[in-house]
Amino acid sequence: MIQSQISKAAEATPEPVARRIRGLSDRSIAWIFVAPTIFLLLAVNIYPLLRTIWLSFTNYRVNRPNNDVDWVGLRNYERILSDPDIWNTMQATAHFLFWTILIQVLIGFTLAYLINKKFKGNNLWTTIIVLPMMLSPAVVGNFWTFLYQPQIGLFNYAVGFLTGTDPASFSMIGDVNLAPWAIVIADTWMWTPFVMLICLAGLRSIPESLYEAAECDRASHWRQFWTITVPMVLPFLMLAVLFRGIENFKMFDLVVQLTGGGPGSVTELTSINLKREAFEKWRTGYSSAYAVILFVTVFGLASIYVKALNKVKQR
Amino acid sequence: MEPSGRTKWVASILVVGYALITIIPLLWIIATGFKSPSDAIAYPPKVVFDPTLEGYVNLFTERTRATEETLAQVSEGATWYEAIVHDQGMVIAGPSRYGERFMNSVIIGFGSTALCMILGTAAAYAFSRFRVPLKDDLLFFILSTRMMPPIAVAIPIFLMFRSLGLNDTHLGMILLYTAVNLSLSVWLLKGFIDEIPIEYEEAALIDGYTRFQAFYKVVLPQAATGIASTAIFCLIFAWNEYAFAVLLTSGTAQTAPPFIPTIIGVSGKDWPAVAAGATVFLVPVMVFTILLRKHLLRGITFGAVRK
Repeated sequence: MIQSQISKAAEATPEPVARRIRGLSDRSIAWIFVAPTIFLLLAVNIYPLLRTIWLSFTNYRVNRPNNDVDWVGLRNYERILSDPDIWNTMQATAHFLFWTILIQVLIGFTLAYLINKKFKGNNLWTTIIVLPMMLSPAVVGNFWTFLYQPQIGLFNYAVGFLTGTDPASFSMIGDVNLAPWAIVIADTWMWTPFVMLICLAGLRSIPESLYEAAECDRASHWRQFWTITVPMVLPFLMLAVLFRGIENFKMFDLVVQLTGGGPGSVTELTSINLKREAFEKWRTGYSSAYAVILFVTVFGLASIYVKALNKVKQR
Repeated sequence: MEPSGRTKWVASILVVGYALITIIPLLWIIATGFKSPSDAIAYPPKVVFDPTLEGYVNLFTERTRATEETLAQVSEGATWYEAIVHDQGMVIAGPSRYGERFMNSVIIGFGSTALCMILGTAAAYAFSRFRVPLKDDLLFFILSTRMMPPIAVAIPIFLMFRSLGLNDTHLGMILLYTAVNLSLSVWLLKGFIDEIPIEYEEAALIDGYTRFQAFYKVVLPQAATGIASTAIFCLIFAWNEYAFAVLLTSGTAQTAPPFIPTIIGVSGKDWPAVAAGATVFLVPVMVFTILLRKHLLRGITFGAVRK
């Protein structure tokens, strides 16, 4: 906190004097500096949120502005929670979340562990691995449809080359069983470096002296790994999982370009489903209720998770 | 405890192997941009091919089919790009919309970044140096705005923009992206400004500077690296954003990400043109990523992890 000589002196100075000396008082400067940000966030974030909550209790439809808007109470919520399609969507999202996070944690941690062996040129290779993460998911997702083309696609060719199956015999995007994995693979390609970078920071934060002490106690490498490395990296890893979880729960751009939710609706994640309800079927009230449910879910899960994370950190 | 030579060797083989696999799709995008349409869809996929600029020419032009006679007439004194189009049996009808869309991305990206940095630096400075009432709540509120799925917020924003006449305008998109990026920039910049010793400003204040002068003559230069890297993060986000762009823009203010997937050729998808469009769009970000590599971790974790 700012308990410096200056601010003590500033507080002791009578207000009019301070103004004459300093121009504006610190408090007014603070408000001038913060107000525009808060105002913009209120207009573009809080107002829409409140409006969404209000709309969720009505039967408003954007494409029929002249219809009477009726207050329908909790009916939208009841319909959503009893709709089997929404539960299918939730299942697709859960599948996507579970596998992307699991695979990315495994590969990301392994890569970070290997890079931390500090071989020659590790910085260069780290930078190369990180590249996909920063690119536009929509543009990249669109190009992955090309890699996934049966026969001519590079992905199918590589799989055919390695396993001996005919590259024209399967379609990652067109097949009901493969499409959920197509989005997992593309997401893993893109976001594994994110987990890797965070794990790397965790590994680099472990003091060397811990390992030296373990060496003196003649602890095996295996034991050092499980009693020093893993517990020390765990808070970092959990943070990475939190970020990936929130991001992939919101996932829209990559998957909508890659599969558009298809075939059928096997890859229709919640965001894609919501877009369909709100901007194709124009059921504004209904989709507002949907949005509120999603927001409450993310917020609830994230706060529980953050509590767990803080417990791990304290240990 | 330095890892042994053999450990290092094994680690380097595995990491380099992963890096090479991960870079292939990116190299493939760049290579496809220089292929002819038939080379792009050849089986087996062609690694060695005759490079051509056809994809780039198709990306930037609209073309129509022409008869033999017209082709013979126009072929004299044709420029190199006209010649490429004539070889396909077509003539150039005009520029494509890719240039406009790309410029929209530039205007909206830089506009929102500039605005975001002005507002964000001021707010971050205030949060870092003054006792703002409800400071922790405000900071958490700013962060929580990032948890909403964009589609969920898009409904009321769509309604609001429609009534204000901001749908499909540059100004609307700049304001929207500024608001979305503010959470990131305030959190990151607060971290950077916290690291600047407060004694510098106190010395300046004792020397008779006002708060404002101390802010822009002492704090801003010290925070320059932090501000620059935060700006690049905001720019990359605005540049890559797709969900709001596809819902709120369709014509005048449409950015490149919703446009690139809609590029189609005469018969089916013109993959070299798509790849060329993607290359032009992605390469600047790759360059920025390499420049940013030291601050990357901080940026992607909202300043939660610092090296």
